[in-house]
Amino acid sequence: MGKEYTKIRELTGPLMLVENVEGVAFEELVEIELPDGQKRRGRVLEVTSDTALIQLFERPTELGVEETKVKFLAKGIQLGVSEDIVGRIFDGWGRPRDGGAQIIPEKRLDIGGMPINPEARAYPEEFIQTGISAIDGLNTLSRGQKLPVFSGAGLPHAQVAAQIARQAKVLGKKEEFAVVFAAMGISFEEANFFVQNFEKSGAIERAVLFLNLADDPVIERIATPRMALTCAEYLAFERDMHILVILIDMTNYAEALRELSAARREVPGRRGYPGYLYTDLATIYERAGRLKEKKGSITLIPILTMPDDDKTHPIPDLTGYITEGQIIIQRDLHQKGIYPPINVLPSLSRLMDEAVGKEKTREDHRELSNQLYATYARGMEVRELALVMGEATLSDMDRRYLKFADEFERKFVKQGELEDRSVEETLDIGWKLLSLMPKSELKRVREEFFSKYGTWKEKEKAFSAAGK
Amino acid sequence: MERGQIVKISGPLVVAKGIPGARMFDVVRVGNERLIGEILEIRGDLSSVQVYEETAGLKPGEPVESSYRPLSVELAPGLLGNIYDGIQRPLDIIRAKEGDLIARGIEAQAIDRKKEWDFRPVLKKGDEVVAGDILGTVQETEIIEHKVMVPVGIQGKIKEIHSGKAKVEDVVAVIETPKGEKKKITMLQHWPVRKMRPYKEQIEAKEPLVTGQRVIDTFFPIAKGGTACIPGPFGSGKTVVQHQLSKWADAQVIVFVGCGERGNEMTDVLREFPQLKDPKSGKPLMQRTILIANTSNMPVAAREASIYTGITLAEYYRDMGYDVALMADSTSRWAEALREMSGRLEEMPGEEGYPAYLPSRLAEFYERAGRVITLGKEKRIASLSAIGAVSPPGGDLSEPVTQATLRIVRVFWALIAELAYQRHFPAIHWLRSYSLYLDDLKTYFTKKVAPDWIELREKAMALLQKEDELQETVRLVGIDVLSSEDRIAMETARSIREDFLQQFAFHEVDTYSPLNKQYLMLKMVLEYYDLCMNALKKDAQLEKLINLPLREEIARAKYIATDEAEEKIKNLHQRLKDEVKKIVEEKQVKV
Repeated sequence: MGKEYTKIRELTGPLMLVENVEGVAFEELVEIELPDGQKRRGRVLEVTSDTALIQLFERPTELGVEETKVKFLAKGIQLGVSEDIVGRIFDGWGRPRDGGAQIIPEKRLDIGGMPINPEARAYPEEFIQTGISAIDGLNTLSRGQKLPVFSGAGLPHAQVAAQIARQAKVLGKKEEFAVVFAAMGISFEEANFFVQNFEKSGAIERAVLFLNLADDPVIERIATPRMALTCAEYLAFERDMHILVILIDMTNYAEALRELSAARREVPGRRGYPGYLYTDLATIYERAGRLKEKKGSITLIPILTMPDDDKTHPIPDLTGYITEGQIIIQRDLHQKGIYPPINVLPSLSRLMDEAVGKEKTREDHRELSNQLYATYARGMEVRELALVMGEATLSDMDRRYLKFADEFERKFVKQGELEDRSVEETLDIGWKLLSLMPKSELKRVREEFFSKYGTWKEKEKAFSAAGK
Repeated sequence: MERGQIVKISGPLVVAKGIPGARMFDVVRVGNERLIGEILEIRGDLSSVQVYEETAGLKPGEPVESSYRPLSVELAPGLLGNIYDGIQRPLDIIRAKEGDLIARGIEAQAIDRKKEWDFRPVLKKGDEVVAGDILGTVQETEIIEHKVMVPVGIQGKIKEIHSGKAKVEDVVAVIETPKGEKKKITMLQHWPVRKMRPYKEQIEAKEPLVTGQRVIDTFFPIAKGGTACIPGPFGSGKTVVQHQLSKWADAQVIVFVGCGERGNEMTDVLREFPQLKDPKSGKPLMQRTILIANTSNMPVAAREASIYTGITLAEYYRDMGYDVALMADSTSRWAEALREMSGRLEEMPGEEGYPAYLPSRLAEFYERAGRVITLGKEKRIASLSAIGAVSPPGGDLSEPVTQATLRIVRVFWALIAELAYQRHFPAIHWLRSYSLYLDDLKTYFTKKVAPDWIELREKAMALLQKEDELQETVRLVGIDVLSSEDRIAMETARSIREDFLQQFAFHEVDTYSPLNKQYLMLKMVLEYYDLCMNALKKDAQLEKLINLPLREEIARAKYIATDEAEEKIKNLHQRLKDEVKKIVEEKQVKV
């Protein structure tokens, strides 16, 4: 293997500058040997005719400029893949963490990946039933979609993600399916929650886990999601499997990127994040999708915690610009005891229109969801009004909206962590809730659906009876 | 050939030493894989090169070779219906060559060299020509006739002209210049993307670019040859608006630049456009469309070039005499690419890290739009309209890209997240948006559509303004304190918003609303206001006016098929009059 160099000029944070090198390639992988034989890893960040700037993946502790050997490995960061990868747990760098043996790779893939030709993409249009009403009913997930979960510290996003991973299925199909899970900088407990969850449901046998925990090297985090996606690409596009990728937590990833950028003294963009954060995130998120000539697919659910629950923070903001919608977990719903605390109003699935309707879910799905959305939005406005002026000032109609909003949260959004609702059940609950409103208020649904799916008759009577 | 050598690599920026005769903005081939790049800076014998492809694996010492030509596009029949990356490589050919992923260093010609076209000469041997004159035509697609023009910089007398089958590289004419040089003209021509294509003169924009979108055409119209921007936070429907415009705008040629956006969005366009029919010709929309796709995960430097590639192609069709519209989604991603390169060049940053030349670059881009008299002896009037989406971080319009754009463009469609949350689409805010073309277009609307068009618009705007003020009051003290007149104003404003401004892009009828239908709909909504105000004077009951059952039908008027619209809406008008009259009469009977 390549030549060894010993002339280290600078060590600053996670960066190392080596002199008198030759034939070094940009983004090449580097192995560093300490005097006592310890090995560290790095990657070439910048190279000139005789110097190479190396980004270290581990902490530079114990590293000195003397007697340290640097070896360039003439390859980029790679992941060895084979079919045996399914069911295994790795660290953030792709080394087994479950005590098992190294897998014997069928091939080694550069984790950077290559952009998918937009011409080769197939549009996501297959509905995935997650069994969660707030998602299936109003913000559907499709195969090949990238739909992030925006959450906050202390909110149950992990439970929601685990529930999706457990329950997700495409209706009427029995296909090879697997979950690829990547953890970046989360705590041991949180990671353990997922591992146990996968073990309990037996899903571990069709899962691949990459875990970079809070105490693992920060810079390694930059490679972790790419490891996961490289693995997903292999399984999806070479092994015809349908892959659900969960990345948690993208905020930690972006912070690692910021740390690196600061060490390189780059001109910072908003809140100190590098100007290329958008492009960098895109090279991760855009790896999801379907291809016209391949059977498999990659569906991506990145999870991020919004600092201070602020959606305009650069990480959720840039993510939202790249992904096809977002599921928002809201603190006040959580405090009210509603699980999953998904606020459907700012949540969105951009691909919903193609995924629902006749032959996919049910003919009334689109209109019903629009109507539920609009009615709940109005209900929330009334709730705000009631806060300011007191409930006594509300008109009768406003009260009905208020009641609708409450019921919607309690019956539609709220459900059990183990409750797997079919999409029909979800839609029927929706219609039951709509019958709290007079038909004249519901302009977004076709009249024929009122009688076909609605449950008005008895309800209207009940209402007038209650009125008397 | 003499070549330079790489001495430094940092992301998409490569520094090369000793490129012989290096010139600014010349295209170079970098490394053994011959990646495409462009010279951005020259210091002594060092040239900084922006590389349009992923640079991982490059090594110092690898060769750099100059093409001695600035980044150019190929212009010839065969552009329409194609999808290109940011530097005009056809993505379908790349796919055929390399498979589903975009590998590096691929060379693919933008124009099919083998295809034969039927060249029909317009001029004949002996005719005197100047640059821009049309030598002959080729039926490029069923709806667009491609015009082969005398290239810029050439004039003289036609010595020879071809007729019939020809490939793009075949000589179709020979022109003898006044100096006696014989210039061979092929259909295939080149143009550097960063240079504006010349025209004779710019003229006033007087016609609207009809988009079939009510909030745009009626409230904030853009002229043919105009500029507009659509800033909005994510999820507010920027892309849907851009797609709607590229589907329905009455330009003859559309160039859509997907610049740093989602891959699936381009797939959506590719999937949908060949199936959608142009409302005028009934032919697939793809026949008048060129797509440039440089998605967010494709190399950032090519993203910077994609906008220029797009507008150069648009200018080329404008020069033929067509009305062309260019949509760029999104210019913010382009600006970010600029910022990234600027950072790597270690330039002094301006606001938020963007380079200080951001505003001037944006201005240069939008200034390439306009309504013009093209080159050539024959007086051809054509236009190029430019519509750019802006993605302000956090929806904050005070950020540099939005601000710099607003100083240049003349139409501002403000997308507001709250409207999107209320499912009010298109989420263009009626009070915050503006169009500076209203005055220029007044004559067109009053003459071609209806004499009272402007009046109606003003009335509707006034009502919306009033609603905004009244809402303050309602929020503070409740709706009951409003006078009956104000209640009717509020109701009408709501009707304008919900029944007129809201438009459902995915509904087969509502997706496109012709001007005449827009006019009739607005007139009907405002008629309700007038009738009710009159009725109130005659003591009609407010509740009854508000709860008029017919209003539901008014709300559904947008779904009336275009060919039945006139008759049905007029009929609704009449019934509205009758019903209000009835309410008034009921009242009088009771008294």
